[in-house]
Amino acid sequence: MVKGRMLQGARAMAEMVALCRPKVISAYPITPQTLIVEELSQIVADGDLEAEFINVEGEHSAASVCLGACAAGARVFTCSSSQGILLMSEVIFNISGMRLPVVMICVNRSVSAPLNIWNDQQDSMILRDSGWIQLYAENNQETCDLLLQAYRIAEDHRVMLPVMVCADGYVLPHAYEIVDLPDQEKADAFLPFYEPIYKLDVENPSTMGAYADPEKYMETRYMIQETLKKSIPIVEEVARDFSNTFARPSYGLFENYHVDDSSTVVVALGSMAGTIKDAIDELRTEGEKVGLLRMICYRPFPKEALYEALRNAVNIVVIEKDISLGASGAVATDMRAIFQGRDASPRISGFVIGLGGRDVTIDDIKLAIKKAQQQFEDADFIGLKEELELEGIDA
Amino acid sequence: MTSTKTPVTLEESNIESFLRMDRMPHIWCAGCGIGTAVGCFARAVERAGLDPDKVSLISGIGCAGRAAGYVKLDSFHTTHGRALPFATGLKLGNPELNVVVFSGDGDLLAIGGNHLIHSARRNIDLTVICINNFNYGMTGGQMGPTTPIDARTTTTPYGNVEYPFNAPYLLAASGATYVSRWTVMHPRELERSIAEALVKPGFSFVEVLSPCPALYGRLNKESKGLDTMHTYLKRSVIRNGADPKDAEIGLNGPILVGKYVDIERPTLWDCCKQVFDRVKEKKSK
Repeated sequence: MVKGRMLQGARAMAEMVALCRPKVISAYPITPQTLIVEELSQIVADGDLEAEFINVEGEHSAASVCLGACAAGARVFTCSSSQGILLMSEVIFNISGMRLPVVMICVNRSVSAPLNIWNDQQDSMILRDSGWIQLYAENNQETCDLLLQAYRIAEDHRVMLPVMVCADGYVLPHAYEIVDLPDQEKADAFLPFYEPIYKLDVENPSTMGAYADPEKYMETRYMIQETLKKSIPIVEEVARDFSNTFARPSYGLFENYHVDDSSTVVVALGSMAGTIKDAIDELRTEGEKVGLLRMICYRPFPKEALYEALRNAVNIVVIEKDISLGASGAVATDMRAIFQGRDASPRISGFVIGLGGRDVTIDDIKLAIKKAQQQFEDADFIGLKEELELEGIDA
Repeated sequence: MTSTKTPVTLEESNIESFLRMDRMPHIWCAGCGIGTAVGCFARAVERAGLDPDKVSLISGIGCAGRAAGYVKLDSFHTTHGRALPFATGLKLGNPELNVVVFSGDGDLLAIGGNHLIHSARRNIDLTVICINNFNYGMTGGQMGPTTPIDARTTTTPYGNVEYPFNAPYLLAASGATYVSRWTVMHPRELERSIAEALVKPGFSFVEVLSPCPALYGRLNKESKGLDTMHTYLKRSVIRNGADPKDAEIGLNGPILVGKYVDIERPTLWDCCKQVFDRVKEKKSK
């Protein structure tokens, strides 16, 4: 029998946030994130979570409230999507720069203009350089599991950096799924109360975010970079501990789905992994050696582990819901960098798919795999309505 | 106020030429008042004798923000809260244009609140039509900066504890030259007021109270748009020239409507021109 309850994703995430016992929650409504916030405001209003829920006038304020509360030593939570994430971005950089363990959910959604409220992963991808740890979930169960792990990782005194759990908009928070949430006692045992190393305290005054001239600034960035590199084994360690405690797999850096015996390996993030696994299952019954490496921890980027996992692949097929316009998909670019100057040199093709909520089908995935097996492709858009002819631009 | 004449169909009304009929039906819920406000705006443009080719409609995000897509005018749908800075740029880029911002209370008073007070302060020649439905309708009925104390929303399930903005008072204090408030139960007054605001030099602000039956209304014992319309009829007190300080809106009690402010003050463009002329004169000497 399957353990758990049939819950809407947003409800499950809100309940999981409550189990993590944040002291301050602040958020601003934006589709499709709002359901999580509404559920949390109800949980707080009902007295089921002892926390301050603060309605604010914009995402910049929501992130700032969390920054302030975390600086005072509180565990905090916020979530947003798309334009909200962009509006927060100034504070997102402040939070990592001040080394505060804020945890948030990014309910992934496309970025304007044109205005589109549906899912892709452009919003969180833009913040890959912000010094946050980014974990991408495949389903609602994993989003909840990663949330609990996110606080453990962020608040680990060896890390002290914020974590963003990314969940595909609509596909996850609006969908019903059986989700198994721990009881409070078990959650508390896995995630003890937050013990800050530093906080704003009248008994022991300090300053955060102060002016750093060229003599000092560069070291702050170096320290974040070094800490992020060192946090890779900590992400793995926390996932292992989670698996042991809750008797449920948690994959840590990435999930290996038939990678080891495959000559062609798809690399992807988030909820479309379900569709990709279906495509792979079908291809494997036809005798094709195809696998999936589903990346969970995108930042820090686990270069060594990825190299080891993919060194025997002939074709790597990166399929992603984002694009660094004018260049390639962000993940494809990163994947190519891993193999520079190394022995293994697989062909790494990049495909852009599902932007602005365009449906991702099994046939789309098979097409990308087939194209990549035939020749190198870069930032190839899969699923366009028709061949577009751009006037004045040679094909 | 209401007559029992045969209802005027959309085809018979004179606003059809103003609307992008190919975009109909619109997304607004049954009983919502935004459509009425758009109709009042369309008739006000006609009443004010403006050339529609020189009127531009700017919207932010939210239910009211969708108006930009439904009018046959140059229109822009900006990001959340940024309708006013966009409109400021547009107006200064082409001062001949009659620039109108049509957006909601959440967009204008919360995430765009800073822009609102500063646009009024510098008295840029714009007309702002602010649809106030007391909550964030588009995202599911969350508490916003106009939600009355004790009102229930999806994020204040046991009643709101935060004091709301009194929009006319805020705008009067910020320096707007024209401030009024009507409800969609007052379509003729609203139409006249928007027409006045459109031709008034300087920063004009027209607050329009509008039912949100699907969300705010449902949670506050007004589950039909008509219930809210009855409430407006019952609670509205027309008092032109009233002190905007008294324009606070509670969950119960009277709602002051009318024109609060109608003053003269040089617009930003007037001030810019004065400086330009002064500098030019100085240089030519």
